[in-house]
Amino acid sequence: MTKTIIPVGPYHPLQEEPEFFKLLVEGEKVLEIEIEIGYNHRGIEKIAESKSYDQVIFLVERVCGICSTSHPIACVNALEDLADIKVPERALYIRSIIAELERLHSHLLWLGLAGHFIGYNTVWMWAWKYREPVLDIFEKITGNRQHYAMMKAGGVRRDIDNNDIPHIMKMVDNLLPALDLFMGAVMDDPVIAARTKGVGVLTREDVIEYGAVGPTARASGVAIDVRKDDPYAAYPLVEWKVITQEEGDVFAKIVVRILEMYESVKVIKQCLEKLKVVGGEIDAKIKEFPPGEGIGRGEAPRGEVFHYIRSDGSNRPVRYKIRAPSYMNVPTNQKSVLGGSVSDATITLAAVDPCYCCTERVAVVDRKTGKKGLTGQDLIKLSQEKTARIKRDLV
Amino acid sequence: MAEEILARIKDRFSTRVLKVFEKSPRRIYIDFDSKYVPEVVNFIFRDLGGRLSTVTGIDTRKNIELLYHFSFDSSGTIISLRTLIDRNNPEIESVTPIIRGAEWIEREINELFGVNFIGHPCLKRLLLSKDWPEGKYPLRRE
Amino acid sequence: MDLKTKALTKSIWVFHFASASCNNCDIEILDALTPKFDLERFGILLIGSIRHADAMLVTGAVSHKGAVRLKRLYEQAPKPCLVVAVGCCACSMSIFRDSYNMAGPVDRLIPVHAYIPGCPPKPEAIIMGVVKLIKALKKG
Repeated sequence: MTKTIIPVGPYHPLQEEPEFFKLLVEGEKVLEIEIEIGYNHRGIEKIAESKSYDQVIFLVERVCGICSTSHPIACVNALEDLADIKVPERALYIRSIIAELERLHSHLLWLGLAGHFIGYNTVWMWAWKYREPVLDIFEKITGNRQHYAMMKAGGVRRDIDNNDIPHIMKMVDNLLPALDLFMGAVMDDPVIAARTKGVGVLTREDVIEYGAVGPTARASGVAIDVRKDDPYAAYPLVEWKVITQEEGDVFAKIVVRILEMYESVKVIKQCLEKLKVVGGEIDAKIKEFPPGEGIGRGEAPRGEVFHYIRSDGSNRPVRYKIRAPSYMNVPTNQKSVLGGSVSDATITLAAVDPCYCCTERVAVVDRKTGKKGLTGQDLIKLSQEKTARIKRDLV
Repeated sequence: MAEEILARIKDRFSTRVLKVFEKSPRRIYIDFDSKYVPEVVNFIFRDLGGRLSTVTGIDTRKNIELLYHFSFDSSGTIISLRTLIDRNNPEIESVTPIIRGAEWIEREINELFGVNFIGHPCLKRLLLSKDWPEGKYPLRRE
Repeated sequence: MDLKTKALTKSIWVFHFASASCNNCDIEILDALTPKFDLERFGILLIGSIRHADAMLVTGAVSHKGAVRLKRLYEQAPKPCLVVAVGCCACSMSIFRDSYNMAGPVDRLIPVHAYIPGCPPKPEAIIMGVVKLIKALKKG
């Protein structure tokens, strides 16, 4: 009897409270889903109106801890759009390095959680183990494991010391065997295939109707990626490709994220090489912002982050609008979870990679009796049990 | 590419286009009267293949300004439809029946600005808690 | 078995609650479980139900929606329940202190026994904070 590894912290739904995801079921089948958000609403847009632009960059970093640099990137892109600023080349490479390191740590984190939901706790431990060196690289470059405070309008706040490049390159190279491991584990494992292929399918039409973005869209064959479509930072200066799959199921979403990690490593290495030869400023030294408006985007690990700024020429925004990718992706669960079984619910909900505390509160309501049955914790267990059953049947 | 899209919009809606502002090759703002918004949105979404990134609401003190930001991913262009609605009776026809993804976007503007989206399938609170007072809109400048 | 005795027998059950957090503190708490940091060697176990908890780690600045939950959770926790505010938001609301949607910080809603500041605090800092609390308990 294997001991269930530590229940993942945030998954403690409180029975009497409104849930994030309320699944209406009949027997095993999910018929309807209600989504409620707002637990994390912090009024950041309003706070931004009373902060200077420097402070706003600091503020938006904290919209999400996992996508922590994607928001500052969209922010500085918006400011640079507003004021028509050209960013020095060296800063562009540094921006892409930080952004791709973030993609790596975020996808590894997600891979770990997905592994846990399916019941592959070794995947969880391995994914999070390989995440640590990425965080170490962050600490080396920026001084912090999370919330790096690297971006500023017109450039970056810290340079990467060229003497550190060989060391960073080596640390990045060391990730490749781990990626090969995950790739092999996912592609060749019949149990993972049985658990995720054909599960939680989101069609191309659904993606377009809901305006989904990121890996959620790319796994359904919709090849949108801000880095290619509306290029920023160093993406147009290095070689890399947009990853898509066609099936739109959970399996496709896993494959997209793993393959994207390989592309991230490619981008980081090329940028590091460029840094060896491209010197110069890392900061365009902006003093003022003109009145007007600016729109900035970034491709966060979860998809397009959208920021809009309206300026009146002072050092504070008149209006600051933020739209995070999960806002467009989470509603797609209304399509992908329906018709599936309850034991597939957790992995389907997790597949869009919502800011993960959204998945913490799930409740299952029996349609006939209206009684609340299972909790989020129970759903994870159901999912893990299904995997165990499949394993036994395959033997 | 962006020029082509702009030309098609101007062509289709000629007299209804109030103003065009090309901030840069990839950032274009087109002003319309609010009553034409659903028609233009429908054209952009169904005929031109634009993707709704989000809608920004702004209280300019004179009126409520809405910006419907459409992304044309093949060229990286964002065309923002700008429209103004009356601050004292802010309402506009919902575009959620056209684009499912607008549902949460409109609910958010409704609760933060007090804009009524006519025909929205489910205009209830999204972010604010149940006991947040009615009639108090956090992003309005009162 | 009272809390002090429990502390002496080395097994503190900890419940984690996040409210309006950006998740960084939550991830660092989970990170503290991974083999690199290994919370368990200090006798700390993360558990799934507040009804068995000896301590509660709270992250985030606590929104209005979250405040209701937090108070409910604290009521349900068997007393004494040590509350640890993890991260600047939980300690003082930090940059969100002027927000219209915040009910926090944590000590405005429930009693707090330890504060671990940081944005986010590193796993080492979180472990140190909890261990200090346990040691303080043992001293009585």
